[in-house]
Amino acid sequence: MSRSFGLPEFVYIVAAIRWTLLLSLVAFVGGGLVGFAVAILRTTQSRILRLLTTGYIQLFQGTPVLMQLFVFYYGFAVLFDMQVDAWPAVALAFTLYAGAFLGEIWRGSIQAIPRTQWEASACLSLDYLQQLRFVILPQAMRISIPPTVGFLVQLIKNTSIAAIIGFVELTRAGQLMVNVTFQPMVVYPLVAALYFALCWPLSLLSRFLEKGIDANLGVKRPL
Amino acid sequence: MHYAFHFNVVWDHWRELAQGAWLTIRLSALAMVIGLVVATTCAYAKTTGPSAVRWIVAAYVEVIRNTPFLVQIFIVFFSLPALGISLDANEAALAAMVVNFGAYGTEILRSGIDAISHGQIDAAKALGLTRLQTFRHVVLFPALKIVFPALASQFILLMLASSVVSAISAVELTAITNSLQSTTFRPFEFYFVAAGLYLVMALGFRAVLGGIYWLVFARRGRI
Repeated sequence: MSRSFGLPEFVYIVAAIRWTLLLSLVAFVGGGLVGFAVAILRTTQSRILRLLTTGYIQLFQGTPVLMQLFVFYYGFAVLFDMQVDAWPAVALAFTLYAGAFLGEIWRGSIQAIPRTQWEASACLSLDYLQQLRFVILPQAMRISIPPTVGFLVQLIKNTSIAAIIGFVELTRAGQLMVNVTFQPMVVYPLVAALYFALCWPLSLLSRFLEKGIDANLGVKRPL
Repeated sequence: MHYAFHFNVVWDHWRELAQGAWLTIRLSALAMVIGLVVATTCAYAKTTGPSAVRWIVAAYVEVIRNTPFLVQIFIVFFSLPALGISLDANEAALAAMVVNFGAYGTEILRSGIDAISHGQIDAAKALGLTRLQTFRHVVLFPALKIVFPALASQFILLMLASSVVSAISAVELTAITNSLQSTTFRPFEFYFVAAGLYLVMALGFRAVLGGIYWLVFARRGRI
């Protein structure tokens, strides 16, 4: 005899949003740190650092998130012969995944700043870090905000993949409720609607912010 | 770390892995072709159709782009049978991929269509081209050229995302890898190799798409 889909089941699914949000937040913050470092390193003169960071981005953008999760969760468990908990494995995998994408977005933003801005700040005898800190990054940041918000939508949606290895978040909570109520026609559209409620406002925000940036990438065109 | 790698176990099963990779390639390529037809139709409807049709297309695009692919697959595979639409795992995977790529493709194509200047369309009208002829020769072809790189990236993302269809046991590369690692107890080796295969497929598809771009668009010069 299966349970019917009632208020407790509904509440259980809605409450699981907190794990989706928490995982997204952890991956976004961790990925932000990694991505920032990668973006800076990819725009330096050092060939080796550029090669390493490019390799990292290629690797994580060229393989499925699911494969990355499997390697971190099942692969590392046997590799280091230890029990791997779902949380650290999933958090680490999504952090590195987010780091690769954010790194690439932010590298593009830094490189969109005209060469002349670097040269002008060098003329003012700012050193490399000062150039970055006071001239380049403040401008690059403005350009990077809309795609960053756009990626956040991508990240929230992709945390659903953690459900496949049994990590309980919104999608997994939906699966569990389908298992006890046998009502996929109710549960999965509900889960989709909840994701939509999380992601759509962010998508609209990203589009709104994009309009605020003019065609010259936020930089005044020289006369 | 004292783990002995046994990649020869993976080599023993290369036939199964190749079969899985082949299904991944077929599913992705087929989903791209059908999805592109869906996207073109929707982009046409969205730019020229009556407001009700535009609204429906916009809703389709927004709903798909703001919900996870995994949940879309679950709806196609588990929820639709309740409405009497039963698909086997491979058909459900293909259907979900087409619907997903169609939505992203619509949005990408629309941005390309918006970039076509109105003078071009007025000129086509002046030459007595019908609306469909204008769309095909004056709008669609140049728009496709503009957005081709974005479409190619989206296609690579689709191919990587297809690993998620292993969750409904469509026997593509990820599902094959899962079953092989669970019978051989060599998760690290198998996932490592499978991730490598995805990387190779991503690079391969990128090269093929680059070739298509060159053949279809670049050789014809500026439009």
